[in-house]
Amino acid sequence: MDRRLPPADGEWIDRDAPLSFRFEGETYRGFRGDVVASALWAEGVRLLGRSFKYHRPRSLLSLAGHDANVMLADGLRTNLRGDTLPLAAGMDLTAVNTFGSLAHDWMNITETFSRMMPVGFYYKAFHTPEWLFPFHERQMRKVAGLGEISPEAEAAATPKDYAFCDLLVVGAGPAGLSAAIAAAETGLDVLLVDDQPRPGGSLQWAWRSNEAAYEKFQQLLARAESLPNLRIRSGTQAAGWYPDHWVALVDAQRMTKLRARAIVVATGCFDLPAVFQNNDLPGVMLASAAARLMHCYRVRPLQRAVVLTANRAGYQTALDLMAAGTQLAAVVDLRADGESGAVLTELYKQNVPVLCGHGIYEAVPTFNKQAVKAAVVCPLDAEGQLQTEHARRFACDGVVVGVGYSANVAIAAQAGVRFRFDETIQQLVPRELPAGVFVAGRANGRFELDAQLADGTRAGLAAASHLGSHTGEIAAVPPHAGEAPSHPFPIFAHPGKKNFVDQDEDLHLADFANAHKEGYDSIQLMKRYATVGMGPSQGKLANDLAVRILARLNGASINETGTTTSRPFYQPVPMSHLAGRRFHPQRRTPLHQWHVAQDAEMFYAGAWQRPEYYRREGTSREDCILSEAENVRQRVGMIDVSTLGKLQIRGPDAARFLEAIYTGNFANQQVGRLRYGVACDETGVVIEDGIVARLAENFFYVSATSGGAAAFYREMQRWALLLGHNVTLHNATGQLAAMNLAGPRSREVLAPHTDQDLSGEAFPYLGVREAQVAGVPALLIRVGFVGELGYEIHVPAAAAHHVWTTLFEAGTPHGIRPFGVEAQRMLRLEKGHLIVSHDTDALTNPYEADLGWAIGRRKEFFVGSRSLQIVRQPPSTRQLVGLEFAPAAAERLPEECHLIVEDGEIVGRITSIAKPSTLGYPIAMAFLRPELTSVGTQVHVRLDDGSLVPAQVVAMPFYDPENLRQREGELVAT
Amino acid sequence: MKLVPCPVNGLRPLQEFHFGGEVRDMPDGEAVSDAEWADYVFHRRGEGAVKREWWYHVPSGVWFIAERDNRTDEFVRSYLYEENGDG
Repeated sequence: MDRRLPPADGEWIDRDAPLSFRFEGETYRGFRGDVVASALWAEGVRLLGRSFKYHRPRSLLSLAGHDANVMLADGLRTNLRGDTLPLAAGMDLTAVNTFGSLAHDWMNITETFSRMMPVGFYYKAFHTPEWLFPFHERQMRKVAGLGEISPEAEAAATPKDYAFCDLLVVGAGPAGLSAAIAAAETGLDVLLVDDQPRPGGSLQWAWRSNEAAYEKFQQLLARAESLPNLRIRSGTQAAGWYPDHWVALVDAQRMTKLRARAIVVATGCFDLPAVFQNNDLPGVMLASAAARLMHCYRVRPLQRAVVLTANRAGYQTALDLMAAGTQLAAVVDLRADGESGAVLTELYKQNVPVLCGHGIYEAVPTFNKQAVKAAVVCPLDAEGQLQTEHARRFACDGVVVGVGYSANVAIAAQAGVRFRFDETIQQLVPRELPAGVFVAGRANGRFELDAQLADGTRAGLAAASHLGSHTGEIAAVPPHAGEAPSHPFPIFAHPGKKNFVDQDEDLHLADFANAHKEGYDSIQLMKRYATVGMGPSQGKLANDLAVRILARLNGASINETGTTTSRPFYQPVPMSHLAGRRFHPQRRTPLHQWHVAQDAEMFYAGAWQRPEYYRREGTSREDCILSEAENVRQRVGMIDVSTLGKLQIRGPDAARFLEAIYTGNFANQQVGRLRYGVACDETGVVIEDGIVARLAENFFYVSATSGGAAAFYREMQRWALLLGHNVTLHNATGQLAAMNLAGPRSREVLAPHTDQDLSGEAFPYLGVREAQVAGVPALLIRVGFVGELGYEIHVPAAAAHHVWTTLFEAGTPHGIRPFGVEAQRMLRLEKGHLIVSHDTDALTNPYEADLGWAIGRRKEFFVGSRSLQIVRQPPSTRQLVGLEFAPAAAERLPEECHLIVEDGEIVGRITSIAKPSTLGYPIAMAFLRPELTSVGTQVHVRLDDGSLVPAQVVAMPFYDPENLRQREGELVAT
Repeated sequence: MKLVPCPVNGLRPLQEFHFGGEVRDMPDGEAVSDAEWADYVFHRRGEGAVKREWWYHVPSGVWFIAERDNRTDEFVRSYLYEENGDG
């Protein structure tokens, strides 16, 4: 039997493009422009899915993504919505969440036991006895959830898109189209989005059989398309609203992050379902779905239908059905007075029984329970109860339900619109609008087509006025007059308990009464306990029913009952859309390519890429690191330290300012000399350390840790404002490169390439000089961070490669080798130098870190000084100390952060460890309780396997405690 | 994403900013007790109000003061610290 209707103007399917696809193993045909559900329906397939809990047969209900009854998998893609998924050739679809097959799903057995699974079942049944919970959890994992994710799925890289507009209009129905046109005509840049494949909204289906409306629609479309500053994006949902009109637009390909200046919400309504026994059977569908089938996909919805309605639009649906060749068994109108006028006359002319003041008690299933064979209709008494003793049975293969609407408030509510329930139209309408947000059309309670169009124009102009492109009067649109388009309570009890309120979650009417009896009498509690609206369709169809039911149970009004919170996303968004391209910002030093060419193992230090060590053929990582370190101790090495923060402080208050920022004294620092600086925050916690070089009376150059430089500079800027000091701050981190040439032969390497006299007298330890290096102006700093004679050379970034390679070539006869961050860590640990935020944590004060010496005495103020007055008082709780391990322990050594345990109590932890070291035995830095810190104390470190390794507290530095090597050239008393 | 009014750069997305906390006057360390100092250092007042806050525009390195109503998350105004004689 051909269910396709003859071609019509504006149909969505392309009859010249037939497509073949598979569903549950069978081959079917459809057209380009079909959705999967429309194509299957046209092929006579009624059973399209299974419900979540009872595995009941389900099928298309809204045909617009407002329900989640048809969830499909196509290869690796899963949880696809069959009622909105565009049909494509070669699809091989299966229904998700079936055990066995869709037609024979043995998990449907749960329905038999449904009486043993009352509302809140999961909360009640599985928490005791506790020891059984792991078993329950395993079983639940098997049956819960919908589609399955394949571990074989490849990572998708989905680019994100960014867009801007003056005005975003959500929904391209009559109101949205006219709003967009009105706003665009004032000159605004307008973006109009709609989640359906084509613009038009209800003009595409509800109004399609009205020739005048269709003509108006064509005019609107032509006008919209003629405006160059109006863009229309169909198949695009406004998925979420975020502050200042930052809207996530989602289409099949990607997410667009849109910034608008104002927004018009013309999202229309969902159909309000009716609650009666077996209202979820395949064949029971919403009026809008029937209209979409007929007008968009040109499919006859049913052979013989009962139409359940409570408004004039339902009669129009009935007439459309007849025009499409569907026999009408009856039109059942919940209203006592029913309808009058032309629509009624037409039905009478066709001998269709019209039963006013009647409702549907149940849909009678076929033998296999997968389709409808009749509807049982009863008259309603004065209280709105069905009088079942007067039941009549109408044979039919489906029920079309058009009893009212729920406003689609999602995006508007997210944008801050507050709603009230309007009793005169039985629907939520805006009560309070935030600045820049406008609601129009059916979502604003306007139902007549002229009123929708006028309300759209009003909203578009109001938005234009808000954005300054329109002045003058805006005609108000009177509220809906006459009868409410929605029925107040299309909900009917049935002892069979298959009268579903929320089809996602298989919640039926009695579940609500039971939850209410148990005390869940607020909508928020009801939602969480009964899980209403928490399924994949997020209550688009169920929420307004649930609120009506709860209001009646409480004897309260809808406004008193309230509603739940609308949160992004409006529809589920694929994870790959959210993940995007997964960019990882990366900073590279000017010497990056050189390191890579030298086969460096690069790693992330914050955002910086740094050489961890340089690989050598046939040598292990550990041996590479150790030999790099030994080469520094014995000959000469060079490390790229361009990642160091490099900050310049100039001005008459420069010294005074640094005295406030750092704990130490700088006012009396000589030009050309370095000092070590420690900085604390206001709580007295160590946040930074580095060298402070005085280049001139009013010019200091300071270094900061690679990871902390940006934050430190930022705090310096703030303190300069707070203190009112006359200083100019400059962050030269990226502008300058730096390299550290270290080792006993470093002077011999550098000397031929600089005009600076490198003798100990001319350039002593802790000196700083401006000089030429390899013909480039450089800053030379004589530091001893790794404990050897050494020079830090700071040069403009552009000259870094030249200087580095010149020195490297010069060093080759001296045995120079580059060393990476790992070797540097080993060397500095041997010297007992801590790394701030590695060896210290978010609570470490300078006294604990053995940095008390760096705190200037007789200083009036520095950041953290008042707090340090307090924390320096005993008792202190920990001290940073050195530990050494027996060389034989090398096989079983702790990692950083392993705990030190004595008599079963935690007494400290390892902060840094060098497993091999150039000393020939393992060493570590650790926090220990003060009573355990005297040199020679034995402590035990707990390994991952629980065993204890002994270590001994030793004095730091471990290597060259007198610092004789780095001070080389000074006159040192021997 | 929120837009933040920077007095130098105009309206920019929140991502470009670092939040510096409420503007609070540092008490005279010599004049207050340890407990009063600890209160200043550790306690923050989150009551609903128009708050004066530190904001930092990261790409341009500008600290400024913004007055923000923390009940509605709306910026009332913003200005450079030094322009308003708050120091």
